Amino acid sequence: MTGPPPELLRINRLYLKDLTVSFDGFKALDGLTLTVDPGELRCIIGPNGAGKTTMMDVVTGKTRPDHGSAWFGQDVNLLALSEPEIAQAGIGRKFQKPTVFENLTVFENLELALWGDKSFWKALLARLTSAERDHIDDLLEVIGLTVQRSVLAGTLSHGQKQWLEIGMLLMQEPELLLVDEPVAGMTPQETERTAELLLSLTAEHSLIVVEHDMDFVRSIARRVTVLHEGRVLAEGDMDQVQNDPRVVEVYLGA
Amino acid sequence: MSVARRLWSALNEDRGGVVFLALLAAVAIVVPAFNQAVPASSPLHLSTYSLTLVGKYLCYAMLALAVDLIWGYCGILSLGHAAFFSLGGYAMGMYLMRQIGRRGVYGNPILPDFMVFLNWQKLPWFWLGFDHFWFALAMMGLVPAALAGLFGWLAFRSRVTGVYLSIMTQALSYALMLAFFRNDMGFGGNNGFTDFKDILGFDLHQDGTRVVLLVVTAAALAASYLACRTIVRSRAGRVIRAIRDSESRTRFLGYRVESYKLWVFVFSAVLAGIAGALYVPQVGIINPSEFAPINSIEVVIWVAVGGRGTLFGAAAGAVLVNYAKTFFTGALPEMWLYALGALFVLVTLFLPRGLMGLVSRPPRTVQADDALPATWSHRPRIGVSAGSKAK
Repeated sequence: MTGPPPELLRINRLYLKDLTVSFDGFKALDGLTLTVDPGELRCIIGPNGAGKTTMMDVVTGKTRPDHGSAWFGQDVNLLALSEPEIAQAGIGRKFQKPTVFENLTVFENLELALWGDKSFWKALLARLTSAERDHIDDLLEVIGLTVQRSVLAGTLSHGQKQWLEIGMLLMQEPELLLVDEPVAGMTPQETERTAELLLSLTAEHSLIVVEHDMDFVRSIARRVTVLHEGRVLAEGDMDQVQNDPRVVEVYLGA
Repeated sequence: MSVARRLWSALNEDRGGVVFLALLAAVAIVVPAFNQAVPASSPLHLSTYSLTLVGKYLCYAMLALAVDLIWGYCGILSLGHAAFFSLGGYAMGMYLMRQIGRRGVYGNPILPDFMVFLNWQKLPWFWLGFDHFWFALAMMGLVPAALAGLFGWLAFRSRVTGVYLSIMTQALSYALMLAFFRNDMGFGGNNGFTDFKDILGFDLHQDGTRVVLLVVTAAALAASYLACRTIVRSRAGRVIRAIRDSESRTRFLGYRVESYKLWVFVFSAVLAGIAGALYVPQVGIINPSEFAPINSIEVVIWVAVGGRGTLFGAAAGAVLVNYAKTFFTGALPEMWLYALGALFVLVTLFLPRGLMGLVSRPPRTVQADDALPATWSHRPRIGVSAGSKAK
């Protein structure tokens, strides 16, 4: 391992450089370079196929890039770790389609997400401490699912599943959250509450939010990155980005 | 005091399991009683043949538990558990063969008859130690564990899942069958092992020995049930179900999915091996046809009929289907495979939760939308799935 490049010493939470991923000749990422600061909430937008999900796949270890580098903090080389190792290192991910364990209760879903040793033998003997139980109950309150504590997650509404999944992410106590389309399928009230929740997280966590809903992005974003054809097309605050002629051409103007 | 209370609450939580264990205890008492205490002239007398049949069913029930653990809870459809069952059986068979000693047809004190017949001069190295029961006992668990460990390590780390994995397990069992059919493998070729005399010094043809074997099998089944139950009720058990329902989500929560699958697969293989080891002295023979692919598929049907993901349902399914099999193959032998096929289709179509689905309600399906917080609007619920998807 050669160590992170010198510009990293500025302490980025996430540092992606020159990432290239191709599937059968199609370049899903084409020299993507992106940095996220500690405590930042970054919104990523872009048309379908721009590479948003592929970028998340690379960061979480699901896809290996053809070349480029990806660092989490100063000393975690993401390209050398497996998915569970990356999760343990402090990166949580919410999928585009809400993914919870439908045959476990809401409480059990959160229990499995608890931060800690996740080896088989530990889990075989694990007992919830009362502190952990309180922690889960507190979180249930935050995500508004206290009443649904003991129901199977499969019976939740779409919006509730989205929130449960965000809750599971928070149980992991990650330093960086990757959130893929958090408000898809939500009612305006649910969307509003999701915006509040994500904003409340920024103090202690870094977030990357991928979202198509422009009103939602406008309501939470400070910095927006526009991806197009696997590359960063523009970066700046929402107004700058929306008035950028290149962005208007490929995405917003349509 | 608190131990008693904890035990009581555990019993209350697992009514089906209590019924299962009680029935098992009843079988272990009543069946020997009707065999030993009721005179042979009485119509209530249970023949030793029937007693042995019950013992055989209990071995199958143990095998079904093993398959339910890996398939019902972890979503890995193994079509190769007959291989682990047979390996355990062969380990027991090797011990029983060496117990025959001079009493074989050729009277060779060391070599089993088939080796003398093949003109072998010396016991192959892998037969060494099998004259000791403790060694054979260890091998009944270790050999299936080693095979499952190696196979699982290779398959799970390459992320082979679903139907591909099932086909590989089937191929594994088939390959072992072909290998064991070969005379030069040193396992008796297509005849396998039979003509056993005694186990730990007790004559296998004595009713008393048969009774003890039945009771030991019932105890092993009860212990296996409790072990499986402990696993599925632990957090590890919840992780296993999580893997079944969403493998990648589990991985992104930081769980090493491969390692969970591997441990459960190995444990399941050991259970299957012990079941096979108990099976052999009771039926009196082990040969390569036990590895046949159809055997593994039948186990899956037992589990599906009884009810996947319930443990005791799988055991009940094994007993019921095999009772039906005994009946049908006696009455209408050519119909059995059709009946079995039809049973599987009907259960899949109409009883996705198996027979246990008829007697128990699905666990904790409290309606989710009573008393929603005010901010949550009522919307049609999406993706409500009653049963788990087949994987």
